[in-house]
Amino acid sequence: MKAMSTAKFSLTAVATGALVMAFAHWFHVDYLFFASYTILQFIVLATAWNILGGYCGYVNFGSAAFFALGAYSSVALIKFDAEIDAWFPEGAANVLHHIFPLPIPVLILFGALVSGVVGFGMGYLTLRLRGSFFAIATLAMAVVLQTLIVNWDFVGGSRGAYIIRPDNLEFAGIEINYIEYLFALMLLLAVIALATARVIERSQLGFGFATIRDDELAAEACGVPTLRLKLIATTLSGAFMGMAGAPFPYYIGYLQPASAFGLEYAVNSIAMPMIGGTTSWVGPLVGAILLGSAQQYATVTISSAVNLLIVGLMLVAFVIIAPNGLIGLVQERLRRKQS
Amino acid sequence: MAAMPVQARMDISFDLLFNAIVAGLLLGGFYAAVTAGVSISFGMLDIVNIAHPGFIILGSYIAYFVNINFGVDPIVVSIIMLPIFFALGAFVYQVYYLSFERRGQESLRGLAFFFGLLFVTEVTLILVFGVDYRYVEASYIGPSLHFGIVDLPLRMLVPCLAALGLFAAIELFITRTFTGRAIMAVSQDQLALQLMAVDPIRIKRIAFGISIATAAVAGALLIIIQPVEPSVGREYIGRVFAICVLGGLGSMPGTLIAALLLGVVESLTATFYGPSWAPAVAFGFLLLTLAFRPAGLLGR
Repeated sequence: MKAMSTAKFSLTAVATGALVMAFAHWFHVDYLFFASYTILQFIVLATAWNILGGYCGYVNFGSAAFFALGAYSSVALIKFDAEIDAWFPEGAANVLHHIFPLPIPVLILFGALVSGVVGFGMGYLTLRLRGSFFAIATLAMAVVLQTLIVNWDFVGGSRGAYIIRPDNLEFAGIEINYIEYLFALMLLLAVIALATARVIERSQLGFGFATIRDDELAAEACGVPTLRLKLIATTLSGAFMGMAGAPFPYYIGYLQPASAFGLEYAVNSIAMPMIGGTTSWVGPLVGAILLGSAQQYATVTISSAVNLLIVGLMLVAFVIIAPNGLIGLVQERLRRKQS
Repeated sequence: MAAMPVQARMDISFDLLFNAIVAGLLLGGFYAAVTAGVSISFGMLDIVNIAHPGFIILGSYIAYFVNINFGVDPIVVSIIMLPIFFALGAFVYQVYYLSFERRGQESLRGLAFFFGLLFVTEVTLILVFGVDYRYVEASYIGPSLHFGIVDLPLRMLVPCLAALGLFAAIELFITRTFTGRAIMAVSQDQLALQLMAVDPIRIKRIAFGISIATAAVAGALLIIIQPVEPSVGREYIGRVFAICVLGGLGSMPGTLIAALLLGVVESLTATFYGPSWAPAVAFGFLLLTLAFRPAGLLGR
């Protein structure tokens, strides 16, 4: 396979997405936008998970928590906007009204910051110890963050929060359908995530990650700064998950803790890379597209509980039977053909 | 409230405090039973079985099903279920060993495997029983014993005593029998065990079977204490591992102390700040332990 430059790669990815978008726009199918937004969101989550899980070999069970952190940091900022007049004197309020409401790209950056910082903190506390402690801590973290959000009335508590989504967006005199705007943003995020993963894979950073995955002790002995590399990975991974979550309140319209911390995010962001293949950026992409579209289909036709069961069973089956995922199976087939 | 004399208010809060501590100790005893299995699998065998709470909930539902349909006491059901859960555990270990441990892939894929198991159990229970809370019926659910200012609800006391019994049995088995000592040894030096003509895989299979068997009892006790729905297990993941780490990996006495401690602190939190904050306590314990004393209270 010939290597493509990162710029070329990103352009190809954007072009593919734009094609889907044009197609959906042409046929006026809003559902297509809603469905592909979810799949793109899973591409970001799966890629983010894989940066830590696939490249470094550290399992994060708290994807849903990082995702929800991004979503709830957006909710907090939106709610903050509504309280400006009540909280600030007139002068300050006027200044703030110029800044708020924040555009979604800023919310995304903010979500990335919050989730990235939490990822860093979790990593700092647990990554110096045995590998499994990190995994356990992320599992527990999801429960606790949910407890915090449920008890935090400002963002709606257990009742949830309504976020009003504008129908259209004025941009440079052109009216854009809001769901198309969200779709375009998520497409951009997916491209950024994939490009980042791809760059990491080919860089010194990626080789450092691989040494950790293969033999951390040996890497440490050879002078690889393992803790620093692991912290970079957790921070990056957390930040991307936060980014994926930040536009979510606008997409869903009504955000409650149970949906933001939904199990499907935790299980899918592990299952997708595992089923696709964890060693390269292609795996999470393939896994997310396959599992994502299958679930979109199954949720409509069967039921959402059954489709989650299928994902869980597939995850178990793949880790036992095909440890290198679909990509691994294809590679093996190619190798056999050559020899 | 304002008209109440200071002395009376002091008494009430003292009563409250004392009762919260007693309730916490009862709860902690139950936590010890819940954690015993993980203390074996995670602490001694180094198998990060995050699906353990899933098996506990499975135990709860079996106790529920038999209790409602045949009126059998949940604790009796769980004792009958012990061999079946033991076999289930041995089977799961065999799959885990063949697929991951032997290939040296337990860190990433093994964890994903257990996560998948947890998830599949939960979703299957949702599909079969729905998401409604289920509870059992027994003569000791309801009445309380009163000693002066202390209330001892039998609903908590019976599970606590059963849990301590289970815990003592495991501790005796591990310290007094050959197999039990071999379980301790397998975590320290597998080769030495082989030199003694003991198959370490067999020992691990037995140990993991015991670990899952405890889940049958813990599950029955859980559904006596509180109504259960399939996702309750997730709350216990943080608790179980927090207790296990705080107590010191592989140390049964440490586990017991940590369980009682967590029970008391959680009970105090629930009494004075509200029950919705209780799940956060375990996580705080876990993070503080990992940050300041990763070896745990009685760790090696």
